[in-house]
Amino acid sequence: MTTTIKTSHLRPRSFRSATEEPAWMRYTLIITVLIVLSVLLFAPLIAVFAEALEDGLVMAIESLGNRNAREAIKLTLTIAAIAVPANAAFGIAAAWAITKFDWRGKAFVITLIDLPFSVSPVVAGLCLVLLFGANSLLGGWLVAHGYPVIFAVPGIVLATMFITFPFVARELIPVMTEQGRSEEEAALTLGASGWRTFFTVTLPNIRWALLYGILLCNARAMGEFGAVAVVSGKIRGQTATMPIMIEMLYNEYLSVAAFSMAALLAVLALVTLLLKSALEWRYADQLAAAHRH
Amino acid sequence: MQIEIDEIAKEFGTATALHAVSLSIPSGALIALLGPSGSGKSTLLRILGGLEFPTSGRVLFDGEDATGLSVQNRRAGFVFQHYALFRHMTVFENIAYGLRARPRPTRPTNAEIERRVNRLLDLIQLPDIGKRYPSQLSGGQRQRVALARALAIEPRMLLLDEPFGALDARVRKELRQGLRDIHDTTGLTTVFVTHDQDEAMELADLVVVMSMGRIEQVGKPAEIRAKPKTQFVREFISA
Repeated sequence: MTTTIKTSHLRPRSFRSATEEPAWMRYTLIITVLIVLSVLLFAPLIAVFAEALEDGLVMAIESLGNRNAREAIKLTLTIAAIAVPANAAFGIAAAWAITKFDWRGKAFVITLIDLPFSVSPVVAGLCLVLLFGANSLLGGWLVAHGYPVIFAVPGIVLATMFITFPFVARELIPVMTEQGRSEEEAALTLGASGWRTFFTVTLPNIRWALLYGILLCNARAMGEFGAVAVVSGKIRGQTATMPIMIEMLYNEYLSVAAFSMAALLAVLALVTLLLKSALEWRYADQLAAAHRH
Repeated sequence: MQIEIDEIAKEFGTATALHAVSLSIPSGALIALLGPSGSGKSTLLRILGGLEFPTSGRVLFDGEDATGLSVQNRRAGFVFQHYALFRHMTVFENIAYGLRARPRPTRPTNAEIERRVNRLLDLIQLPDIGKRYPSQLSGGQRQRVALARALAIEPRMLLLDEPFGALDARVRKELRQGLRDIHDTTGLTTVFVTHDQDEAMELADLVVVMSMGRIEQVGKPAEIRAKPKTQFVREFISA
């Protein structure tokens, strides 16, 4: 004879954790989020691709093949290739200085790092024109010596770097604050030099935050419009980046060309996001180990 | 190694952490710096280890001035309260870190590193955990690995900052004995910081009671218990 011990009465049917909401509320919230996401994020993305492919894939690709379009793509990639590594280096340096040492004026510098987030990109662009424009002291001297900044590539790089400066530092500061200084101190007491400590202890500990910061920085660097529009002068084939090219094409009612370029820009951003997801998936166990510590 | 602390003072901005303290630590002794938080005991330990530098005063190792000696050249085995193990490295790599960081001419071969790390894992009685990551260990195991890592560099002294502070009472007792045994085997001059008077009294040869950046009393545990020199010491040890 088998005896079944009924234990269900020990556990009330409505048993649930204190933070768990009733089912109807959970589903309502999930569905609301999904609807908002689809309307605000997913639908526009689909619309861009639909517009670009309106006359077929061949036309879309062809519109990207002319000289001005190719120059715009090249310029955007070049600018990202300069601005992103530079800001990664600056961001690491800033986060390191802020989290690993105590010094006067630290709070002010933290506020300063956030400045590009709070200042309108157009204002940032105008500031650069005031500083480096042909009518300014510095700009006049640079133009006289054959190095124009405004309405030229250096200005676009500067504007992009200004706008994307906070991304890496902002990702790193909380992570480095949470990790504290003791691992670095331990490495130093074990005889490691400052550089060795940085490359073998600090960098491995921040690599995920760093990667995420770089991806965000890259996406924004390629997509920046406002500040770049002010300093670029919008010269086709010379200083027109992809976002500026998109705006010009759109204003000229060249909708297939405009949306093809827009779709390409979106694809570039999506590739970085997919890359991040792939890396997260590949190193899931390492990530979990790092967080459990 | 004999350690001489000569009128060491430390200020952080306008706050004074240490008022010119002097202390002589005999070679091979096991010393406790005992005091409440804010008494300056951790600051003193970090100055010995080269993680902080004094505002004035000198530190002498075996009679030689070591005040300006860099943290790397002090060869002090330092153990931190929250272990400070390198979280992305295995236990083996953690312990090997100091040996791999040596300049090429004095760096041991890989086979030699492996031999030494395994010997240290035996010493801390955790021979089979070399391949694990710190996150897979208990608090007590992590602290023992931290001790092995500090010992791997063949230190001239062992400095421990609240080594058992984050552990539960049973593990603390075990590790106390473990530290005593390791001290007796290696004969290293050892200084540990604690706010737990039982721990200090039970473990140390010599207890240094500190308060508000000053040394209140130095003596053998029995002496301090029998003849507390100041009101503060009397109250602190009876607490």
